[in-house]
Amino acid sequence: MTKARTPRERKAQRPDVELPTLGPVGMLRWAWRQLTKMSTALVLLLLLAIAAVPGSLFPQRVQDPDEVAGYIRANPTLGPWLDRLQLFDVYSSYWFSAIYLLLFISLVGCVIPRAVQHFKAWRSKPPRTPQRISRLPQYRKVMLGGRDGAAGPTPTEAVEQAAAALKKRGYRVQPQDLGSAAPSVAAERGMIKEVGNILFHVALLAVLISVAIGSLFGYKGQKIVVEGESFVNTLVDYDSFNPGTNFNPDSLNPFSVQLTSFEATFNRDTSDPEHYGQPTDFNADLTVREGPGEQPQDVHLAVNKPLNVDGTKVYLVGNGYAPVVRVKDGEGKVAYEGPVVTVPSDSVYTSSLTLKVPDAQPDQLGFAGLLLPTAVSQEGQIPKSVDPALNNPALLLSSFSGDLGLDSGQPQNVYVLDTQHLTELNSLSSGNGPLLLDGQHRTAQLPGGKGSVEFLDVKRYVGLDIHSDPGRIPAFISFLVAFAGLIMSLFIARRRAWVRATETEDANGVRCTVLEYGLLARGEDHRLGAEAEKLTGLWTSLWEDRGVREYHLNSSDKA
Amino acid sequence: MGSDINVTLGNWSEWFMLLAAMTYMVVFVAFVWDMASHSKTLGLQEQRRAQKRAAAQQEDARELVGAGAVGSSAAGAEHPGSGRSVRATAAADAAPGEFRTTADNSTRGAGEFESLNYRRNARRPAARVAVTLMVIAFLLHAFAVVSRGIAADRVPWANMYEFCSTGALVVSGVYLVTLVFKDLRFVGPMVSGLVLIMLCLATIAFPTPVSPLQPALQSYWLIIHVSIAVAASGIFTITFAMAVLQLLQSRREKRLAAGEESRMGFLRAVPDSVTLENFAFRLNSVGFVFWTFTLAAGAIWADQAWGRFWGWDTKEVWTFVVWTVYAAYMHARVTRGWNGNRSAWLSIAGYMCVVFNFTIVNTLFPGLHSYSGL
Ligand code: HEM
Repeated sequence: MTKARTPRERKAQRPDVELPTLGPVGMLRWAWRQLTKMSTALVLLLLLAIAAVPGSLFPQRVQDPDEVAGYIRANPTLGPWLDRLQLFDVYSSYWFSAIYLLLFISLVGCVIPRAVQHFKAWRSKPPRTPQRISRLPQYRKVMLGGRDGAAGPTPTEAVEQAAAALKKRGYRVQPQDLGSAAPSVAAERGMIKEVGNILFHVALLAVLISVAIGSLFGYKGQKIVVEGESFVNTLVDYDSFNPGTNFNPDSLNPFSVQLTSFEATFNRDTSDPEHYGQPTDFNADLTVREGPGEQPQDVHLAVNKPLNVDGTKVYLVGNGYAPVVRVKDGEGKVAYEGPVVTVPSDSVYTSSLTLKVPDAQPDQLGFAGLLLPTAVSQEGQIPKSVDPALNNPALLLSSFSGDLGLDSGQPQNVYVLDTQHLTELNSLSSGNGPLLLDGQHRTAQLPGGKGSVEFLDVKRYVGLDIHSDPGRIPAFISFLVAFAGLIMSLFIARRRAWVRATETEDANGVRCTVLEYGLLARGEDHRLGAEAEKLTGLWTSLWEDRGVREYHLNSSDKA
Repeated sequence: MGSDINVTLGNWSEWFMLLAAMTYMVVFVAFVWDMASHSKTLGLQEQRRAQKRAAAQQEDARELVGAGAVGSSAAGAEHPGSGRSVRATAAADAAPGEFRTTADNSTRGAGEFESLNYRRNARRPAARVAVTLMVIAFLLHAFAVVSRGIAADRVPWANMYEFCSTGALVVSGVYLVTLVFKDLRFVGPMVSGLVLIMLCLATIAFPTPVSPLQPALQSYWLIIHVSIAVAASGIFTITFAMAVLQLLQSRREKRLAAGEESRMGFLRAVPDSVTLENFAFRLNSVGFVFWTFTLAAGAIWADQAWGRFWGWDTKEVWTFVVWTVYAAYMHARVTRGWNGNRSAWLSIAGYMCVVFNFTIVNTLFPGLHSYSGL
């Protein structure tokens, strides 16, 4: 990269005319050189930025596959085309991957030669003092000795002391020509700036690799747990599970959790009607066993406070109500008893309920309806929920009997009742209206002696996301390294300084030593002048007793 | 964080916000007036100097042959605006990014931003009024933001109104702090104008009464992540203003170099384009470090709140886009053919992404981050 820009290197390149006869190896080398140019990196970075944008314009499968399906259904002509161009999977698309892979190949091609070059520079000595220090962008002179007749140090002494002082200031030094008439010292500091740059770029690569490891070996699963119930981390116990490409089920961490209780807090500030009733806090109390036979431990789970069991993380991502019901069938036997998980659909937790009772005899039973946490009914109208808390819980159900269609072997959505082969018993639209169960009416009989429903209690449930991402910690460490490297690279200055001492006599004939020094920065350095002043200060304190004076430069001193 | 909301204090906060906005308006007018009067003074000085030089040259020509060379080099040293030649010689002699071995008197000036130092002799009453008023406006504004935080019993950056008003406070604060060190009064009109726009947006487009936080936002990461993001945006706002001025200035320089007239006389009060570019780069480096931190802190927070550190949520996409554009900008400085105007354009593009991320993405795009209170 930088090498490719120096004039010497450019001359070494073959003239363009020879390009067609390069042959395959030559072509590859040419391509490599193009790829590892700084301007290529820059353009690739811009391309990456542009390529990332469509991901925010179109729904993405990584986030919401249902939304993508809906989008394609809504745009039957455009949708499939967008899909073919992978615009719904931007971040795993060929074109996006191509850009970042090229970028990182370019990065490797950049950083390795640069690291080698820097390693060599580190081992070699600071370059020889230039003939004319005065040509450097910062140039100063001081006189040592002569005040009150005090003699200055000899040039060699002066250079040795200056070198020691520079070394203390963090410069690496290389004294030259000691003992001659014009000894000097070459000094350099800030070698670590370049180390920072290399660390930064390498660590970015490490971040990418860590993310890749995570998506190969990690997994992600969901589970709903009702109060009192528990979850064991095995494949069968998950409601849904997304493994990484190379995931191995044996690597599942054998812990289990039980939900002791869940509590939601709502905004009760009546002076703020707009936000009244909004949730302000969610808290779940769990007991965790890190493995079979381990001691159970009480833990507390909140929205921003996941549980970490040996690197497997458990997040609280949802919650809702699970009314406990007992269903008796036409033969009077209990066909179902237990909590039913409902799905909240609005801010007052009006939740939709679906219950399938395949064990009911002689006909299977199905229910669909709503749970209203705080039901308020006005004359002649269906009750509505007015608050998310459980002040007056009520169930509003339609009931069906017949064949639930579960025996066909096809997987069904537990939250959707397929009414195709069912007979409606009660419903909103039918003459007899929906079943209404609340504190006063605990039990309802189904018409036609099909059975009864009993509303026993309401429990709470939590939705847990369980993740394991082996790339998380490496990615984090790589980021820390990248960040440190970035700061080193941007805010450390790399400078060279040269100091040369020569002997003169001042106006009174006293032997003096003239100390000339100059500074040079790598790249932009707005504090180079300040550093020159610092060095002047350094000499002043070093030779205070030898009558050090600043030498006022006139224009002829400058080259 | 409870939900103790103090409505009276919240109302006071809104009044102070309006008051601050009005003061910024006056600040803006004062800065514009200063630009006009200061550039006029500089123009007159330039004219006078040119006349004097012409007269002196006529005289010299009669007395001494070859004095023209001395005269012109003296004029070069006197002009802080000769930075262009620095870049030219440096680029010719050494690859940018390498150690420079060319000495040039004015390297010192360009490298250390000497032309951005205050000059004692220049009297600029309007600028003084503007800066004094801006300090007052800042205090009013700070009171408004802090009292809002106290009223809501949490940090004051959780919805669009608060992002805008707190962001504007940071812009104005960053600007006032840099003013202590360097004479950046020439960006005053743009900075105070942008602050004014942000406050107007907050109060007119996104008014939101004081409210407590949703559970997903209750985390100390909110404080860290958002405050650094807002600080970075504040810095990018100022460098954006400098990039615009840099583009205008470099056009003017080109015209003047070609011997043409430039209609944008107010740019006399603005440093040369190279100084602008260099100084903006320093500021942008800090902004980039902040933004890098924002990106990572966001990932850590997302990991805690949603269980994945990166999921290409709309907001994450745009944070990433901003980061890559500024990374390209950082490269542009050391890439041949990409410094100067192109790097200014990259800086402007980066800022446009910041603004887009902040306004359109927060309001129109669905995503996990759409808690902006709209
Ligand atoms: C993954 C993409 C990349 C990102 C995000 C990135 C980012 C950055 C940033 C922020 C800087 C400025 C800070 C510093 O000096 O350390 C920088 C500097 C630099 N980058 Fe990159 N870079 C990337 C890829 C590359 C590639 C592919 C190359 C080589 C072609 C490259 C070569 C350089 C060089 C040479 C510098 C140092 C400039 C100087 O001397 O100050 N970078 N990069």
